[in-house]
Amino acid sequence: MSTATTELGHDDHHHHAPSGIKRWLYTTNHKDIGTLYLWFAFIMFLIGGAMAMVIRAELFQPGLQIVDPNFFNQMTTVHGLIMVFGAVMPAFTGLANWLVPMMIGAPDMALPRMNNWSFWILPMAFSILLASLFMEGGGPAFGWTFYAPLSTTYSNDTTALFVFSVHIMGISSIMGAINVIVTIFNMRAPGMTWMKMPLFVWTWLITAFLLIAVMPVLAGAVTMVLTDKFFGTSFFSASGGGDPVMFQHIFWFFGHPEVYIMILPAFGIISAIIPTFSRKKLFGYASMVYATTSIALLSFIVWAHHMFTTGMPVGAELFFMFATMLISVPTGVKVFNWVATMWRGSLTFEVPMLFALAFIVLFTIGGLSGLMLAIVPVDFQYHDTYFVVAHFHYVLVTGAIFSIMAAVYYWLPKWTGKMFDITLAKWHFWCSLISVNVLFFPMHFVGLAGMPRRIPDYALQFADFNKWISLGGFAFGLSQLIFLALLIKACRKKGEPVSDQVWEGAEGLEWEIPSPAPYHTFETPPVIK
Amino acid sequence: MKKIWSSILVILTSLIAFAVSAETSSTADQYQLNLRKGVTEISGQVYDLHMLMFIICVVIAVLVFGAMFWSMFFHRKSRGAQPANFHESVKVEIAWTVVPFIILVVMAFPAAKTLIAMEDPENSEVTILVTGSQWKWHYKYMENDVEYYSVMATQQEQINNKFAKGENYLLEVDRPLVIPTGKKVRFLVTSDDVIHSWWVPDFAVKKDANPGFINEAWTNVNEPGIYRGQCAELCGKDHGFMPIVVIAKEPAEYQAWVNEQEDIQRKAKEEEQRLLAMNMTMEELMVTGEQVYLRACAACHQPNGQGLPGVFPALVGSDMVLNDMTAHLDVVINGKAGTAMQAFAKQLTMSELAAVITYERNAWGNDTGDMVQAKDINAVMTGQ
Ligand code: HEC
Ligand code: HEM
Ligand SMILES: [Cu+2]
Ligand SMILES: [Cu+2]
Repeated sequence: MSTATTELGHDDHHHHAPSGIKRWLYTTNHKDIGTLYLWFAFIMFLIGGAMAMVIRAELFQPGLQIVDPNFFNQMTTVHGLIMVFGAVMPAFTGLANWLVPMMIGAPDMALPRMNNWSFWILPMAFSILLASLFMEGGGPAFGWTFYAPLSTTYSNDTTALFVFSVHIMGISSIMGAINVIVTIFNMRAPGMTWMKMPLFVWTWLITAFLLIAVMPVLAGAVTMVLTDKFFGTSFFSASGGGDPVMFQHIFWFFGHPEVYIMILPAFGIISAIIPTFSRKKLFGYASMVYATTSIALLSFIVWAHHMFTTGMPVGAELFFMFATMLISVPTGVKVFNWVATMWRGSLTFEVPMLFALAFIVLFTIGGLSGLMLAIVPVDFQYHDTYFVVAHFHYVLVTGAIFSIMAAVYYWLPKWTGKMFDITLAKWHFWCSLISVNVLFFPMHFVGLAGMPRRIPDYALQFADFNKWISLGGFAFGLSQLIFLALLIKACRKKGEPVSDQVWEGAEGLEWEIPSPAPYHTFETPPVIK
Repeated sequence: MKKIWSSILVILTSLIAFAVSAETSSTADQYQLNLRKGVTEISGQVYDLHMLMFIICVVIAVLVFGAMFWSMFFHRKSRGAQPANFHESVKVEIAWTVVPFIILVVMAFPAAKTLIAMEDPENSEVTILVTGSQWKWHYKYMENDVEYYSVMATQQEQINNKFAKGENYLLEVDRPLVIPTGKKVRFLVTSDDVIHSWWVPDFAVKKDANPGFINEAWTNVNEPGIYRGQCAELCGKDHGFMPIVVIAKEPAEYQAWVNEQEDIQRKAKEEEQRLLAMNMTMEELMVTGEQVYLRACAACHQPNGQGLPGVFPALVGSDMVLNDMTAHLDVVINGKAGTAMQAFAKQLTMSELAAVITYERNAWGNDTGDMVQAKDINAVMTGQ
């Protein structure tokens, strides 16, 4: 990931890049910033993963062994926040930085200085959040969904730091999104018409609009939490004329589009990888674009499916149930298109393809359990149990995270100019694939059997499965160290040099430039046939 | 083509057979994999919906993954597969948009029907107000003079792995809710502090308890029995430790139980008045006080009175506890609005309040020597 760019910087006469730490602090180059985002996301993934290990160690057996319930709640909360805002979202932004300009034939992102700033405020945000864990009373303990009044009246004073750090994350995301939109609108090479853009560019464009639409809503929600807690307002307190359920409406109006923010770019990645290793054009390009757009639009009218037990009127429950079921239609179209792309192709199974195939199967499992969750009468039974935990980890871990890993393996040789260590990569894949299912599949069973989520201790009938879940968790955690080793090796430029096209069957502008990609690309726009 | 279909059929039937056998296998309790059927008509319908959805999802998964594995096997380059060059087909694309849509419509009908039945609490015969607070449930029978708190009964030593864990570890309470069988029982659900959620899987009832608002739910249990559930909404530190236990009794037994409870509660009130005239000794106060403290206060202020810094204040060496008797009485009796400190006036009797306050003022080296009697509490409560 860290690139050939240090040496290449020298070849470049009109670029006087500083070296060392200053190079990274001051950089406005989209490739450098992409690299920073990706490493940051990976470090956050390891930190959030370490917290998951604490959770799973405590849940290995019934009884309290390692942490007290208050700290347990801090672990689930900060794990969730870090994985969502620190790992998945920055990783996608990193990929957008690296790839969007190269895919549309632009020399850089449209707003390079803002790009630098939107990255560098992220480490600040997460330092604040992590520091709060060490302060009196500890960090946030109210779940990543921070429902009021648990997060207002009943939280401790470090809530102010939580609010501040979420604000910074939001600003960073909005700046990143603006940059993507401006770049795609203004900097496409001549001939790169809308319907010629790679799907990764399309899905990111739509994601960026979602970000701009909902991050301010999140900012509003945390601000209201702040004023309710510290300045005497009562947005969410019935005793002052407010309503705690209104908090949930506001949060999920952000939260549901947010889950699509974390999956649409993944759709783009898979739509790039499957055709390459099937040696066949993507099936139904246009319908992919329309499906993505309709998913994005529908994502604004399904938020209350997270709130079926809050006591909504029946009419509202029916509406949100039908709207949620509807959103599975365009999602299904995508899966069918990928399978049709593979149908009668000429398939090979390089590492990126392995991750992409695992994505299709496991993401679909998560999608199908999502369809079950949409059915209100049964959601009453599933809601806030481990069934939900299983569902969202299938779509987030084997969905979003697997797609990010697929993307890294797919484009890494282009970034470094060297093939990564294929043996390590295969070990990483197979260990992750097996352990992730041992980890998350039995969660369906304990959830159906009645184990609530966010509990530090459980009744004895859940003990056997929880042991397996924890063992799977530790194995999955360890498997990621293989990935770490592989990435370090790749950044130190070990490995066989690769051709410009890297993968037989890869198509697109990024595969026409040299490997490794030079520090500056497309300073004169390419010609697009 | 025939071969594909027959193999798909075989996989499908075996999967469904597996699902059905998993469901009917009798090791269920120990090794439960699936949702429970429960004990009400509604919970049975919910279970059927769940199975319907599950089977539809399995069928879809088998078809999609079947096609995918088919091409992974037969269309691989190493077998000499040449790529075809089709990349769109309006007909196919319309088909796989319309067919799933029709499947969804088919699913929607039974789901809507069950939902509408679940949300109709009309014509109930018994109404119970369920109030959540950190970390206990309060039940009040609206037609009778019966109300009480229900707190987890599992010993702390079992949780801390000092004693062996009992059969109903974490799922047992001191005073279960009692309801009649064969009658429509309506629950009004609310909360005194944060959001909780009242969930009994066997009834397929899960309803959030929102502070300041009242939600409705209902059930009609056919089988007498003991049914267990848990709070299902994160409500702070001891969210994992506020179980629900419901006992369903035949109507006659239920009525007898209600009468008995009314009697006990009336006698308790009389007893409380009688105690006002009596003084307890320091020793009595400290013994009762410790019991009450461990049951009602230790979850927050900790058994050793040290609290949790930044979250729950320490009572050891607290200025209020050591010096300010009036404020101490006030905070325990009336609570402190806008904090987790609840009003204990309605949770404890006057002599219990007297004992616990005395205990706090004399335990853990807080040796003030102060004694509080039930009549002092009465004086504060009646505003004297
Ligand atoms: C749900 C948690 C919780 C429970 C249970 C609880 N308290 Fe408290 N208590 C608090 C909190 C929080 C405060 C701090 C309120 C504030 O901000 O002033 C507090 C404050 C107090 C204070 C004042 C301390 C001081 O120095 O200001 C006393 C005395 C007290 N509680 C006694 C009790 C007694 C007696 C019980 C049991 C009958 C009890 N508490 C149960 C949470 C709790
Ligand atoms: C390393 C492997 C992982 C393990 C072992 C793991 C495990 C867990 C566990 C045990 C919980 C707590 C469930 C509960 O008590 O309610 C949890 C919550 C959560 N996880 Fe993970 N997880 C992992 C990776 C991820 C990733 C990669 C993401 C996001 C992309 C993620 C997102 C979340 C979210 C959003 C929550 C909810 C937090 C909350 O309840 O507020 N997890 N995870
Ligand atoms: Cu949603
Ligand atoms: Cu709870």
